[in-house]
Amino acid sequence: MLNQEFKVPAKLKTTSLTLLGIGIVTLLAGLVFLLMKGDQMAQNRFWAVLLQNSIFFLLISLASVFILSATSLAQAGWIVSFRRIPESIGSVVWVFAIIVGVILMAIVWTNNTQIYRWLDPAYNPKNSLNALKNFFLSKSFFTFWTILTLALWGWFGVKLRALSIKQDSEPNGSTKVYWLNFNFSAGFIFVFALTLASTIPWLWIMSIDSHWFSTMFSWYTFASSFVSGMSMIMLWVLYMKRQGYLEIVSTEHIHDIGKFMFAFSIFWTYLWFSQFMLIWYANIPEETIYFQIRMHGPYRIFYWLNIILNFVAPILILMPRPNKRNYFVVTLVAIIILVGHWIDFYQMVMPTTVGENWHIGWFEIGILCGFIGLVMFLVSNKLTKAPLVPQNHPFLKETVIHIS
Amino acid sequence: MSIKKFAVAVYDDEAVLFPAVKKVRGAGYKIHDVYTPFAVHGLDEALGEKESDLHIAGFIYGITGTCTALGFMGWIFTTDWPQNFGGKPNFPLPAFIPITFELTVLFAAVGMVLTFCYLNQIMPGVKKHIFDPRQTDDKFVLVIEVNDQNAAETEAFLKATGAEATNIQVAESDWWFGRFDKKEDYEIQQQLA
Repeated sequence: MLNQEFKVPAKLKTTSLTLLGIGIVTLLAGLVFLLMKGDQMAQNRFWAVLLQNSIFFLLISLASVFILSATSLAQAGWIVSFRRIPESIGSVVWVFAIIVGVILMAIVWTNNTQIYRWLDPAYNPKNSLNALKNFFLSKSFFTFWTILTLALWGWFGVKLRALSIKQDSEPNGSTKVYWLNFNFSAGFIFVFALTLASTIPWLWIMSIDSHWFSTMFSWYTFASSFVSGMSMIMLWVLYMKRQGYLEIVSTEHIHDIGKFMFAFSIFWTYLWFSQFMLIWYANIPEETIYFQIRMHGPYRIFYWLNIILNFVAPILILMPRPNKRNYFVVTLVAIIILVGHWIDFYQMVMPTTVGENWHIGWFEIGILCGFIGLVMFLVSNKLTKAPLVPQNHPFLKETVIHIS
Repeated sequence: MSIKKFAVAVYDDEAVLFPAVKKVRGAGYKIHDVYTPFAVHGLDEALGEKESDLHIAGFIYGITGTCTALGFMGWIFTTDWPQNFGGKPNFPLPAFIPITFELTVLFAAVGMVLTFCYLNQIMPGVKKHIFDPRQTDDKFVLVIEVNDQNAAETEAFLKATGAEATNIQVAESDWWFGRFDKKEDYEIQQQLA
């Protein structure tokens, strides 16, 4: 008999609530000691850290919705054994969407030109050359597109989970809900392509350096969020297995998630390097300014950490087959990847907002703890709401006998 | 090059093949090989095959490609014929990365294909005995090497594992140079007999 009912262990509950508490206390302390102070740099630090962390956690949760949609469209069987985990993560995307929405609206509607320079009308001269860019980086378009995107993401996350739970009560062998899920997945991929894979990273992150632009940027952000999202799914699956749940998840499934982490680390490097090399080779000042501060300026430590944690470590550690099947090694690499991509987002946001005065101090760590606690708390609660193995899913047998 | 005697069983379905492989191995027979029309997942484990070292060979080929590319380009642009391209250093690592990557992939891919062919003895002009023509179409063929004493007994055992057809064949166990559209002398004699 399978262990289907997840009860949140007391230890997980205390840990998540403690972390969440640390986050809230840090946020309040940040309000008092950073935002209320007259110091411009302290205020920038406050907003930049909130921006980085909230977007990072929103995008890595959204990666779960993406992997669910992509595997549904590919009619993949292997993911069904632990499908409830990405579903649970995906169904709390709306919480992070609200947080990101509040932070972005607060930045834009208080005209915080220290974060988004384009909010200053003098910064982007109005002429026909910039007409489209001026429209794209305008308060009204930013607000409209951000809120539409966040609403769609949150809705799709909840919808895909609801459909999967509906499948549980369908008669055995019924494929009605399965095909409904297929169609909604296709819809999400369409929305995803128009938002995360193209416009949203430009709007939210790239526009911080509003004169600099790179058409690769969205893909690079997507790869970053997707590989961290898979690592987060891996950590949840392994945690559930250690607690004695998810019996039908075998080493073969772990191996497959490990392959995703391995392959998409290389994919991330490919995109990161493609963006870097063209700028480095062309050597045009308005483009190289982006890498000047990151490679040779105060952020060079993050530049190298980025390459070591996100490329060298995963590729060398995960390359041998036995390592992708070893629970300890994949846990270690998942943590390395998550830390590495948090740093990747850090070096996307910080150089233009806080500049030389970067910290990784109490505020950064505290807010990070808060978001980790929030993810743990929300996802573990969602996992208790439905059986851990999808009932009556057409691919259930395929997933049990799966060999990677 | 040695002519040997084989007991051959032809199965209709992989769902029959798997229990049959288990039974044959359980009874202590040594399986010569199993021929399937497509890659059957899990069959290598059922046959007790060890993991191949092909990927280690691949890693070595890849590293060779990396070193070749970097070494050759480095030698050309620093020693043999240094040139100034747009003020870049003579050894511009980022600019060399794409070519290094391509050469790594090329060496690894070509090397692994050739190694794979060598390990499996497949090459143009290399011929092996085909136990059943339908093993490349829709049948699963299990082959056990036998001798004169246990041939009949093995065939009967294979029949009992659910084989659709069984027979005893005398065939070359190794590869030889030849053409698949031409029969060898001993193959013709075998057919006449």
